[in-house]
Amino acid sequence: MIEKTVVVKRKSGLQARPAAMFVQEANRFNSDVFIEREGKKVNAKSIMGIMSLAISTNKEITITVDGNDEEAAMESLIAFINEEE
Amino acid sequence: MVKVNAKDLMEEFDLELLNKEEDVAFRPITTSDLSRPGMEMAGFFTYYPAKRIQLLGKTEVSFYNQLNDVDKKDRIERLCTYDTPAIVLSRGLDCPKFLIESASKVGVPILRSQLTTTRLSSLLTTYLERELAPMTAMHGVLVDIYGIGVLITGSSGVGKSETALDLVRRGHRLVADDSVEIKQEHDGVLVGQAPELIRHLLEIRGLGIINVMTLFGAGSVRPFKRIVLSIHLELWDQKKQYDRLGIDEDKIKIFDTEITKMTIPVRPGRNIAVIIEVAAMNFRLKRMGINAAQQFTEQLSNVIDEGDRDEFL
Repeated sequence: MIEKTVVVKRKSGLQARPAAMFVQEANRFNSDVFIEREGKKVNAKSIMGIMSLAISTNKEITITVDGNDEEAAMESLIAFINEEE
Repeated sequence: MVKVNAKDLMEEFDLELLNKEEDVAFRPITTSDLSRPGMEMAGFFTYYPAKRIQLLGKTEVSFYNQLNDVDKKDRIERLCTYDTPAIVLSRGLDCPKFLIESASKVGVPILRSQLTTTRLSSLLTTYLERELAPMTAMHGVLVDIYGIGVLITGSSGVGKSETALDLVRRGHRLVADDSVEIKQEHDGVLVGQAPELIRHLLEIRGLGIINVMTLFGAGSVRPFKRIVLSIHLELWDQKKQYDRLGIDEDKIKIFDTEITKMTIPVRPGRNIAVIIEVAAMNFRLKRMGINAAQQFTEQLSNVIDEGDRDEFL
């Protein structure tokens, strides 16, 4: 299990469309992915969970990945939220 | 972290703020305990619980009023600390002398209610216990089935939302989809609700986000519900043993509360909504004292015992 705290750099934050893309990205991997913000932890493979957090740009989130492809999943998810479009 | 401050109390209980500055009302309240500072008014501050809301009723205020000015000043200054979240007057009492000055100096809000002290005290405790209860978010769907709050869990894509939709179509109520905020309000009482932003919404693969309330009407949703049963959905595993009798109960623990957990394997041809509906009804029946599995096993052992006896004859 790996855990990383990162700051969201994406300009629009995780609005509906980027959130959907993020969830799709997370679903490509076998590992369980969780996102935590201000004490609320949600499954990153479910779109409603991600959207309920209303993650905006410059916010700090903690990503937890657990599974056999955790390294690759973490890398690709961090790349996604750091992308500046 | 959930935060409550004097402003929330003012809105909830229609309290009046006596300080001149409005900004004192944002001091956070961290404990649900209240204190009635009678002993403190008499000068005993050794165990003064400064972090609690101080509730002044008729007794405290009338005792205070018969003190001399030097004592009054001393007591009230020690009562108002930087830790004190708020001082509340009940019964619409007049604000005691020196209180506003001392309180404003350290930024303690003074609130006044028209309610009687005991009534106010119980209302405040109930409200604070609910608001300050520990909270966690769980991945799952919460549905009210015949009055039983059922939390459906399972990994992504196993069909939780689809099952919820089926249940709503059968006349049950959706509380939360995908992310359920769970609070333990008292020991043994777990209450789940949806995060504000996704209330009444359901996400179905291929359809997208749908609004259950506008589609199926106000009767198809609920704002919150006590959780008593947890149903875990998982893909059918050939090697795994699933419960065939229903005599033993599995439990899961959320905070300090244990609730019954059932694991239901998913396979094409099994209508999960019907199974969950029956599971909820059966659970209710068990709580009313009718346990089909238990009754059957007893009957079976009776018959077997009788069979043994026949052989002896």
